[in-house]
Amino acid sequence: MPSRDVAIVGFAQSASVRREASRNEVEMLMPILQEAKRQAGLRGRDIGVTVSGSCDYLAGQPFAFVSALDAVGAWPPIVESHVEMDGAWALYEAWVKLQTGEADSALVYAFGKSSMGDLPEVLTIQLDPYTTAPLWPDAVSLAALQARAYLEKTGTSERDLAEVAFRSRRAAAANPKAQVRTSADAETLLATPYLVSPLRAHDCPPISDGCAAIVLACGDAVKKSAMTPVWIRGIDHRIEAHALGVRDLTTSPSTKLAGEKAGVGKGRVDLAELHAPFTHQELILREALGLGAGVDVNPSGGALAANPMMVAGLVRIGEAAARLAGGAGKRAVAHATSGPCLQQNLVCVLERD
Amino acid sequence: MNRMAETASGRLTAAHVLEYPYRRSVGPVMGAFFTGLTERRLLGVRARDGRVLVPPVEYDPESGESIGEMIEVGPGGVVTTWAWVEKPRAKHPLDRPFAWALVRLDGAGSAMLHAVDAGSAAAMRTGMRVRPRWKAEPEGNIHDIVCFEPERA
Repeated sequence: MPSRDVAIVGFAQSASVRREASRNEVEMLMPILQEAKRQAGLRGRDIGVTVSGSCDYLAGQPFAFVSALDAVGAWPPIVESHVEMDGAWALYEAWVKLQTGEADSALVYAFGKSSMGDLPEVLTIQLDPYTTAPLWPDAVSLAALQARAYLEKTGTSERDLAEVAFRSRRAAAANPKAQVRTSADAETLLATPYLVSPLRAHDCPPISDGCAAIVLACGDAVKKSAMTPVWIRGIDHRIEAHALGVRDLTTSPSTKLAGEKAGVGKGRVDLAELHAPFTHQELILREALGLGAGVDVNPSGGALAANPMMVAGLVRIGEAAARLAGGAGKRAVAHATSGPCLQQNLVCVLERD
Repeated sequence: MNRMAETASGRLTAAHVLEYPYRRSVGPVMGAFFTGLTERRLLGVRARDGRVLVPPVEYDPESGESIGEMIEVGPGGVVTTWAWVEKPRAKHPLDRPFAWALVRLDGAGSAMLHAVDAGSAAAMRTGMRVRPRWKAEPEGNIHDIVCFEPERA
């Protein structure tokens, strides 16, 4: 599909924490950007294009993302862009820019301090402003509507969901950047009260502050990398209707289509990092991408263990790439989501030589 | 809008009011829907595939084409999925335990989100029939439907 082969040559992320009290976004980003560039063997002036992903609603002020540029150093002038989306979509824009041949390397970063507002209500603002948002359905309630539809259609049990949470948290124990790194067993989790039925606390992601960065390179720029290059073999993103009641919430046709376009089925998948903030969504995504029992899903612990808004999707790509670079497999699938109930989805296929 | 006031301590304070000081039109399709609510009528729009979408949209969700033929639906409907809120948040439409539900109104091919005042989770089930509880004096916005309630035979 791509005319130029693009590699991930650097990835760094902050630890995800419930509240980053003392540092602002720039201070959080500085060491992460430095680390990603160090891995790539590139200095600031070597970077051809910079793209960031964040959400002004988290900071509560327009153009809040502009101040984060202080972490990059925008003088002398740089080629720079921003998406009001998860950093995974910033990576997509950077990838397109590299395809044009106008740049040979790209710095992609994302940040989100979810702790500054009431996150479930901040997310409500993305809904239809006339018929839905005025009712103030929070993010957990909308996910619960999807969860019940899924459970009743497929016969999946609440215990199955608890198993997803248990497995994610257990995997996160080995990930020092994750936030929820211990878990009671599924039986004990099931005995806890509902948050919004049929979802319990373990079915939902933690509220996280964090940031991450990825460096992309092609051509000679790849050779400078200290990290084993991991190639982007396919990348695609698709969206579904805005109105919840128009969609079949029990499947993810946009993920399925993006996965087909990205070429997920063209080879064996060793591991997958899926951006599933809620337990039932991991099961929906596995099915949409055709990932069988042999695929190691979310070895990092996934978004159920750390979910910095606008960052967790980019982290999925970085985690998958870092694991391939570290020898955990040859081929991986990374996925990012945006919007309520998996409305929009991006799928990326990664390979190492 | 900033009204300066001097407190007993002599400190000046002013209220910070964040607002959009303009009016906006909701357009021909949403406008018809909200006008319908003032008459306690529920209107949907016919999509290209024949489904009636409620709430209506100006553009076909599949093809993106303009659509605008309004069809009356409801007022009763069926719950297609639901979620029980034991502890309502301050901004939620009801201040007691309630269900969020997607309700497919009679004659509609899509479902709309609203609250269902059912008393307890035990009274909820997918497929149950509900009907709107109207505000005493509708004003032409989504709050004209206070909530839905179980339809009793």
